[in-house]
Amino acid sequence: METGTSLPGRGWPAPRWLVVGLPYAWLLAFFLLPFLIVLRIALSDTARALPPYAPHWTGWAEVWGFLQALDLESFATLIADTLYLDAYLSSLRLAATATLVALLIAFPLAYSMASAPRRWQPALLILVILPFWTSFLIRVYAWMAILRPEGVLDALLRGLGIIDEPLGLMNTETAVLIGMVYSYLPFMVLPIYTSLERLDRSLLEAAADLGATPFRRFISIVIPLARPGIYAGCFLVFIPAIGEFVIPDLLGGPETLMIGKVLWTEFFSNRDWPLASAVAILLLLILAVPLFAYQHFARKEAP
Amino acid sequence: MARKSLGNIRRSFAPWADPAAIPQVRFESVTKRFDDIAAVSDLTLSLYPGEFHALLGPSGCGKTTLMRMLAGFETPDSGRILLDGQDLAGIPPHLRPTNMMFQSYALFPHMSVFDNIAFGLRQGNLKREAIAARVAEMLALVKLEGFAGRRPDQLSGGQKQRVALARALARQPKVLLLDEPLGALDKKLREETQYELMDLQAELGLTFLMVTHDQDEAMAMADRISVMERGRIAQVGAPEEIYEMPANRYVAEFVGDINVFEGVVDEVKGEIISLDGRHGPIILDDPDPSLAIGQTVSVAIRPEKISITLEEPAQPTNKMTGEIWDIGYLGDFTMVQVKLDGEAGQLVRVALPNRSRRAERPIAWEDRVWLSWDVEAGILLRG
Repeated sequence: METGTSLPGRGWPAPRWLVVGLPYAWLLAFFLLPFLIVLRIALSDTARALPPYAPHWTGWAEVWGFLQALDLESFATLIADTLYLDAYLSSLRLAATATLVALLIAFPLAYSMASAPRRWQPALLILVILPFWTSFLIRVYAWMAILRPEGVLDALLRGLGIIDEPLGLMNTETAVLIGMVYSYLPFMVLPIYTSLERLDRSLLEAAADLGATPFRRFISIVIPLARPGIYAGCFLVFIPAIGEFVIPDLLGGPETLMIGKVLWTEFFSNRDWPLASAVAILLLLILAVPLFAYQHFARKEAP
Repeated sequence: MARKSLGNIRRSFAPWADPAAIPQVRFESVTKRFDDIAAVSDLTLSLYPGEFHALLGPSGCGKTTLMRMLAGFETPDSGRILLDGQDLAGIPPHLRPTNMMFQSYALFPHMSVFDNIAFGLRQGNLKREAIAARVAEMLALVKLEGFAGRRPDQLSGGQKQRVALARALARQPKVLLLDEPLGALDKKLREETQYELMDLQAELGLTFLMVTHDQDEAMAMADRISVMERGRIAQVGAPEEIYEMPANRYVAEFVGDINVFEGVVDEVKGEIISLDGRHGPIILDDPDPSLAIGQTVSVAIRPEKISITLEEPAQPTNKMTGEIWDIGYLGDFTMVQVKLDGEAGQLVRVALPNRSRRAERPIAWEDRVWLSWDVEAGILLRG
């Protein structure tokens, strides 16, 4: 057995650089290069042309001249016009609210799933994943049918005698929140379920045995041990929610200000590619902060 | 020296023999069913203050369920459980004055050793300093000073076991419940820990209730053992009683090794019973008045109670001839199997202690030998 300890790559000269390098090559080709292109557009002037921008940087020559001529106008606009700041803040607020609501719904859901008899759990998991088998767009359209005036929800509540007037939820921020919570709920449920499912029941019994009330058991045993799942779920909901475009576009109203929608408007309606690119870059930077925070937490949680 | 005096304490400790003694824990006709299968059925048992009691039995005999009902994790379907005279029905686990050491230890993985031990103390309204002092006391008790800051995953199996013990003792329970306390330890460590637990129990004077499937563990540690069989108690008694006077065949077979001989009752003279055995006459003493002449009974003889000789012994009965079939050297003793003469001669196990290092073994394979035992060695089996 002693001689059999072979390191990976011994005997067969495994090109380690290939294994390690492939993901990096992928990232370079499909993330970093597009990002640089977007950055290049962001630092350009708008122009009536096709494509509708006039790049300042056309080659490696005249680097100094390029730096001098760099156009930060788009970024200046972002700062000068409060629309963009408002859109960022509004996106942050909506995404954070959606994350919180999703957490409040997903935790009890995941907890009851994890406490269900073992033979039921696969079926419950499938129920959570099932909506993914239908197109996301179709599901959002379905919500339009539910939320629109005199839609399914209004009809139901009126039929039950709970309301007299239509709720008027459609094209409001509430509708956007409902749509986002609904769409991203599985991303919150699954990681929390995974961490709760692994939770050793005898730990809860031990805590009870040591005098902890059900509430204390929840606070000092369940929550801390589910923390990795809670973090993962929150980031999985928050990050896509912040840049969400389809849901605010379809369910939101004119007053719903989200950065994804602004970006789309700048890009397609106003054809201001440099400004749209600047918005995208700032969005990316804003998202990088919670991502790094997540990485940091994940590393701390790892045993 | 402490251990010697401990032995003396143990010998004189027998509150169950005193009719005036008040039990600390009483299970009264307790029944618990899981899906129509009775895990515990109509079981009555008393534990006395300061007793080290072992529930012994194979898996599925209901011993763990019985203990979990005392802790409050299971509710009896009928019957009641009393602790110091108080009916525990309806009292949730976190309000019961018992603490349990779990088989898997169930240490909280996200807490340090200190926080694990302090967990139970923090559920009350103890002051921070009082908690720290009690934790330090517990760490000293289980000899883990200096480990307060460690996480459970940084501990060895033996250390985890000690933390679990300290955590369970920190709240000064009235009864400490131990679920297979030594099950996860290796043999050497198990023996050491066994004596430490006994010392600790004598020192603290606490009532211990231990669940185990290991008869050696139960015999070595407990004041009394309840041997359980399918939800019922087959026998309760001190280890010597269980071993030397098993109530029935199940107990005799579960605790230790036995050879069983069948015979027809020939004569009953007071306590002396004569049997006509297939391999010769057997005489044993047993004060059983219900025996009838001509009845077929079973007699159990422990392997270490049988002697092997090459010459015919002088005694007129309790002797048989056979041939050495197998010799298993086990270090402290040698287990010899002897095939008795006659048609389909039965195999008899005989344990010979190895008292001398160099003495040649007096017997060899295929030797013709005599087996014999005393009148008092035979155990009449009922059930």
